[in-house]
Formats: sequence, C-alpha cells, structure tokens
Amino acid sequence: MAEIVPQIIVSGLLIGGVYALVSVGLSLLFGVVDIVNFAHGEFLMLGMYTTYWIWVFSGVDPLITLIISIPVMFLTGALLMKYLFKRVIDASPLTQIFLTVGLQILLQNVALMAFSANYRTIQVVYNEIVWNIGGVTIQISRLIAFFIAILLSIILWLFLTRTDMGKAMKASQLDRETAKLMGINTDKIFMIAAGISAAITGAAGTAISTFFYVFPTVGVSFGLMAYITVILGGLGNLKGAFVGGLLIGVAEAFGVQYVGADSGLLLAFIIFIVLLTIKPQGLFSKGVA
Amino acid sequence: MLLTVNNMHVSYGAIKALQGISISVKGGDCIAIVGGNGAGKTTLLKIISGLLKPSEGSITFNNKNIVGMEPYNVAAEGIAHVPEGRRVFSALSVLDNLIMGSYLPSAKKDRSQSLEYMFSLFPKLEERQHQLAGTLSGGEQQMLAVARGLMLKPKLLMLDEPSSGLAPIIVEQMYEKLAEVHAQSSMTMIVVEQNVPVALSLADRGYVLENGSVMLSGNSNDLLNNPGVKEAYLGF
Ligand SMILES: Nc1ncnc2c1ncn2[C@@H]1O[C@H](COP(=O)(O)OP(=O)(O)OP(=O)(O)O)[C@@H](O)[C@H]1O
Ligand SMILES: [Mg+2]
Repeated sequence: MAEIVPQIIVSGLLIGGVYALVSVGLSLLFGVVDIVNFAHGEFLMLGMYTTYWIWVFSGVDPLITLIISIPVMFLTGALLMKYLFKRVIDASPLTQIFLTVGLQILLQNVALMAFSANYRTIQVVYNEIVWNIGGVTIQISRLIAFFIAILLSIILWLFLTRTDMGKAMKASQLDRETAKLMGINTDKIFMIAAGISAAITGAAGTAISTFFYVFPTVGVSFGLMAYITVILGGLGNLKGAFVGGLLIGVAEAFGVQYVGADSGLLLAFIIFIVLLTIKPQGLFSKGVA
Repeated sequence: MLLTVNNMHVSYGAIKALQGISISVKGGDCIAIVGGNGAGKTTLLKIISGLLKPSEGSITFNNKNIVGMEPYNVAAEGIAHVPEGRRVFSALSVLDNLIMGSYLPSAKKDRSQSLEYMFSLFPKLEERQHQLAGTLSGGEQQMLAVARGLMLKPKLLMLDEPSSGLAPIIVEQMYEKLAEVHAQSSMTMIVVEQNVPVALSLADRGYVLENGSVMLSGNSNDLLNNPGVKEAYLGF
C-alpha cells in the first residue's frame, strides 16, 4: 500500500503543475483587475482547440502550436478586457458574475456549434512512452506538460518582478489611483494582465492536449479547480495559487487512488472546505485587511 | 503662467466641494494652499491631476487644456501629484516604489541620476531600499512618497499635506528638503497644508480655502500677518 505513495505524489505533482498555471492565470486577473472570471476554464478550452485544429491541418507537434496559440489567446484576453470586462470593473460582484458566466456559456456553445460535441484526441508519437524511475512510472507527455507549466510560471514571475511593466502591474493591483499618478496607463495594464491570463491558461490547454480529450466543456472542471485553488491560496496571491495548484493535483491523485477514479476531486473539495473553515482568508494570506 | 485653474466647480453628489475656485501658478514659483478640514484642498489637487472630473471650469497647464485628461496622461505632461496619506505601494520595495515614480519614458532615461539624487536627499531611503515600503515608519513613508513624486522629474510637483502625522522635527526636516529641491531646481510646487505657518514659510504665495472657495490670497508674508489668518490658523 505505502509503496504506491511516491507514484501518487509524482502523478499528482505532474498534473498539479498544470493546475498551478491555470490557477495563476485566474489569480492574476483577479488580483490586478479585481474581476472573478467565471469563463476562465474556457481559455483552456480555446487553447486546446487552437492547438487541435493547427495540428489537424498542419500535423505539427502540439508544442509548436504554442507559437500561434499564445499570441492568439493573449489577443483574445486583451480584447475581452477592452470591450467586455472593463465595463464591469467597478460594478457589483453580481454584475461581474452575470457577465462572465454569460461569457462562459456563450464560449461553450460557440465551441459546440463550431466543433460539435465530439471528444477529440491528438496523437503524438511520444504519447505512449513511459519512463520508469525507481518504480515510479512517468508518462512523457505529462512530464512535458509539467515542464511547460513550470517554465511559463517562471517566465511570468520574472516578468512581474524584474520588469517595469510587471512592477506597474503589481502597483496597479495595490493602488490603482496612485499608479495612474505615476503615469501608468492602468487600462493598458489591465489589457495586458487579461492577455497574459488567457495566454498562459490557453498554453496549459495546449500542454495537456496530448493526453486529454478536447471537447467544448473541457474547461469546466479546470475552471472549478482554479477557483478553489485561488481561494485556497488567498485571493490574488500568485504564489498561493501556484502552490495551491500543486496541492490540489496531489490531493486529486490520492482521491483517485483511495476514493475512486471518478471522484478524485472529491478529496480535494473536502480538504478545501476543511481548510476554509480553519483559515478563511486562505492558506497564504498574511491576514492583512 | 504654468498652471491656470479657472472657475472650478466640483460636486460629490449633492455636496459642493469646490465652488468657483481660480488659482494661477507661475513657472518656478512655490505656492501654498491652506485651509481647514473639508475646505476642498485635496479635491482641487485631484481635479488638476485628472483623478476627478469637474462639472465646470477650465485648467491650462503649459498652454494646454488638461481638463478631462486621464491622470496618466496628465502625469506625462509633467505634473506629479503626491497624494494625501502617502499611498506608497506597500507590498513593493522602497526601490521599486522609486522605480514606479520614474515609469514614464521621459523620467526613465534619467532614472539612475534621479535615484542618486533621492538617496542624497533622503539617505534613509538608500539604507532601506530593499525593504518593503509598508514596513517603513510613517515619516519614512512620507519621504518615499515625496521622493517617488520627484522621480517623475515633474514640471509641477503637487504635495497634499506632506506634514500630516509627522513629529514636528520631521516636519521641519521634510520642509528643509523641499526648500532645497525648490532652490536647486527651481521646480514649480503646490503645497497643500493644514499646517499653515510651515507651508507659508516655504511658499512665495498662498491661497486660503474655505468651503470650496478662495477666501484670501497673497504673498506668504502678507498672509502670515493677516489678522484673519492669524486668528483662524495660527492660534493667536
Ligand atoms: N469621495 C467623496 N464623496 C463625497 N464627499 C466627498 C468626497 N471627497 C471629499 N468630499 C467632501 O468634499 C469636501 C472637500 O473635501 P476635501 O477632501 O477636498 O477637503 P480637504 O480640504 O482636503 O480636507 P482635509 O484637510 O481634511 O484633507 C468635504 O466636505 C468632503 O466631505
Ligand atoms: Mg485633504
């Protein structure tokens, strides 16, 4: 029984890396712009379809499609900010929820109309390759997805902490009015934040497209997972969202093993509820008002 | 005139915060805007920097109409507004706060010199540059807020109550630094204060605001000797 624990942890961490990236994307938009985007999982879905269709028509490796899917998704996020989200930034949370849930339903149905409800798969040669390291098996495509997620997270972290624009994003998050007084165009910053949020989440979709079905509502469970992670990590806290994503991945893997294959997230949800009861501000909040 | 505010009216809903204020500032001058709580001083600065939109009135800066401009475009025109209550970016380091002050391309190109200048003015900030701004003392945060405004290399620096919440000795130090900057660079300044004597000691001219209107204006010395000002603000 105990000898499968390392396997569970490794499997959980691998998918957890992807969860982490998706959660960081949600947390970034929430933190900087103060909008909870219920259509976040749909960014992942759009990224997957982008990759799928490029792969169908050109046959290139799904990873190569990132060159196109990242800019396309960035633009999608930025335009959504400019024409949609921006209108509800100062509106009540209820208004924001109506708008983004509406957007979620719209995107799912557009995908359904355009691409049908079929479950689609992408075949690559390395799909079936499995490494065995000290009794722990690792599927190469999942390892690649993990590395893409980690790499993009590191790039985002460097951008946020090392560049003027990244710092301006943080400044806009902390105090929008004062940021404007510094000459920071917060409207532009918000577009970029939404662009990044969509781009990295779409990239997460690309990363998992080699071992996950592509279908119109694929984003739903990822979106749900991301909301939980973001609340768990402390709203708007990127580090918290990242660690939370990894934890949810591991919790899910344990759930699959010990609760049942179709109720993996059950354990994650239970942990979530318990933790929120103990620490309602989230795991990583410093208790600042 | 570098800045002319003409017949400015502002309301917050039913509350009339400014009722036809006009002020003008010559390039290189330092003026004080004084008045008690709720007189409309902060509102006036927010109107100039674009954080609020007036219901009536005009503002020209450098011969350009800036009413209705976004605050970040006003900043790009060369106006730095150091807001009331410091408003440092608490979760950014002291250095990153100063970097944000020089975010605009025009300020960014001189960033390293500006930083050097700020550190010579406020050596405490150099010592604390890697500390989070939120962990600074109130006085240090005020220095940081002023330094962050100066990093923009503005044509006009507007300070909203730089003395508030500071011990008298720190207030004195702060105003010595402001006088030093004003003397060295002949930077145009607007200082908003409830601390009337200290503001008028720095400024060439002053405006006394009450209930959203200019009650009095004139040279600092004349204002300091004005019986009404003495009674209302100097306590004798
Ligand atoms: N956001 C707001 N909503 C409603 N009323 C406001 C708002 N901000 C200011 N006011 C009102 O406008 C008037 C002028 O306020 P303002 O902040 O400009 O005064 P002030 O001179 O800066 O005062 P203080 O010295 O206390 O900072 C006050 O009566 C105030 O109550
Ligand atoms: Mg005020």
